[in-house]
Amino acid sequence: MNWLTRLIPSIGSNRDSESSKSKVPDGLWNNCPACEAILYQPELEKSLFVCPKCDHHLRIGARTRMSIFFDGGSFQELATKITTKDILKFKDTKSYSQRIKEAVSSTGEEEAIVIGKGKLEGAEIVAAAFEFRYMGGSMGGAVGTKFVQGVDAAIEHKTPLICFSTSGGARMQESMVSLMQMAKTSAALEKLKESKLPYISVMIDPIYGGVSASIAMLGDINIAEPKALVGFAGRRVIEQTVRVDLPEGFQKSEFLLEHGAIDMIVHRRDLRAKVSSILSKLYPTQ
Amino acid sequence: MSINILEFEKPIAEVAEKIEALQLAASDNPELLPQIDKLKSEQATLTKKIYSKLSTWQKVQVARHPNRPHTLDFIERIFDEFEELHGDRQFADDASLVGGIAKLEGMPVMIIGHEKGRDTEEKVKRNFGMPQPEGYRKAKRLMQLAEQFDMPVITFIDTAGAYPGVEGEERGQSEAIARNLAVMSSLKSKILVVVTGEGGSGGALALGVGDHVAILEYGTYSVASPEACASIVWRESDKAPEAAEAMKVGASDLKKIGIVDEIIVEPIGGAHQDYDTISANIKSSLLKNLAELSKFSQEELLQRRYQRLLKIGA
Repeated sequence: MNWLTRLIPSIGSNRDSESSKSKVPDGLWNNCPACEAILYQPELEKSLFVCPKCDHHLRIGARTRMSIFFDGGSFQELATKITTKDILKFKDTKSYSQRIKEAVSSTGEEEAIVIGKGKLEGAEIVAAAFEFRYMGGSMGGAVGTKFVQGVDAAIEHKTPLICFSTSGGARMQESMVSLMQMAKTSAALEKLKESKLPYISVMIDPIYGGVSASIAMLGDINIAEPKALVGFAGRRVIEQTVRVDLPEGFQKSEFLLEHGAIDMIVHRRDLRAKVSSILSKLYPTQ
Repeated sequence: MSINILEFEKPIAEVAEKIEALQLAASDNPELLPQIDKLKSEQATLTKKIYSKLSTWQKVQVARHPNRPHTLDFIERIFDEFEELHGDRQFADDASLVGGIAKLEGMPVMIIGHEKGRDTEEKVKRNFGMPQPEGYRKAKRLMQLAEQFDMPVITFIDTAGAYPGVEGEERGQSEAIARNLAVMSSLKSKILVVVTGEGGSGGALALGVGDHVAILEYGTYSVASPEACASIVWRESDKAPEAAEAMKVGASDLKKIGIVDEIIVEPIGGAHQDYDTISANIKSSLLKNLAELSKFSQEELLQRRYQRLLKIGA
């Protein structure tokens, strides 16, 4: 377990479709983390990693996300070769630089976000996707910088921006540098707004803290996948502070919709069509 | 000895007690006066010595000192004709975050800051300086009011963080903070930020985007409280002193990293020893920086504000 799954036990890594150690030995088989149904990998890919039995949306990596969202073969990666800096020389039980090395080698990603441009139903778009397996999708200086470059690309190419957020929040190991990325990314989104380009935020389970309180909540349109957990403070922190039992469904997409935080909940299989339909109205010039 | 004395301040407090006792006796025994003077100079030397080598964790304790001056103490000493403005016009008035219009040497300004409260009753009323979403929405309303009437905005940051609770989540704590970051980044008014005590996480940053960011000498600013960082990263909340050190929460480190632009010097022994002196120091910083920022056009100002953010972590 990483620090985030300890903080929010209900979103433990056993729900991660890509890293879960299936009870079924063969790599072709998987268990649904929600209903434990045995899932056949090729079938699962066809259903976009949504359990055909219970509709649970399994976690997927940033690149899988991009490949199922963009028109086939149109994804081109942007904002690469931005490396993480250990400005504070942070060390806890392990050094930050060691943690970065491990995250890079276990995910194959240089940081916790992937940026790219391509097409959605033929229309040019720029998209960003957080990689949750990379230190819980936490945002430090490099993630902030990559996101801003994504915004800049959308402005340069005059395209809408879509961000798939899934993140434990600001990255502790960069302390104030991380915290300031909330301001940096929010300021960049203001530039996008000034250019009259739409920003669609798609919330993926889970999003907390600094990413929730910046990139995720600032969409012109806020969309969430079903049953995604999204909040400012983690459930455990709230329970310890207020000492009450949390209401049923607290901080889930359905709760957010009821309280007015998001525009809609969209099933993964409908996401392309839905975003495309919204953009055709907000930004019909293409 | 007062309960409001930190462990490392005790040797200073002991000398202070002796001075007090001698002063009582001195009215009948003037020969005690030289001894009082000697003790006073001893106290000053001791305070200087202790405060010159505070650990990061001790600085955190000074930033949270129960006697530390708060936003309303500063407002009273720095500004004239303060008119407090209340409410977010949507849900409630959040007393943990105060704001209003006032004059700074005759110039109209908007002031917004966290307020922790002083006695127990007031602390409860002010939720210990931890705002709900309506606090941030009041702040946003006041900033936009300042923009409308072309006034500079001055913010005072002093919070452990935004309040983590069920109601705050229902009313969109994340959105309220995020919106302030966006609004502040493009607000047409000059914004001066002063971190006066604890700068805790997103709840602090929601007042923290500006053209000039100053911090008091013993102020702290971090992504999470040292206790929260310790429990997340070390998985032991008693590692808070180590977490404070590792996150480099103190003023001089923050200046080196480029998070803050200026450190405002505190009186010897900390701001809680002398509210008037620290207020005067803050006031002169505000006046100097407002004059400095007046050299820029509005467009240049916004460009500078954005560039300042882009540099961090690039």
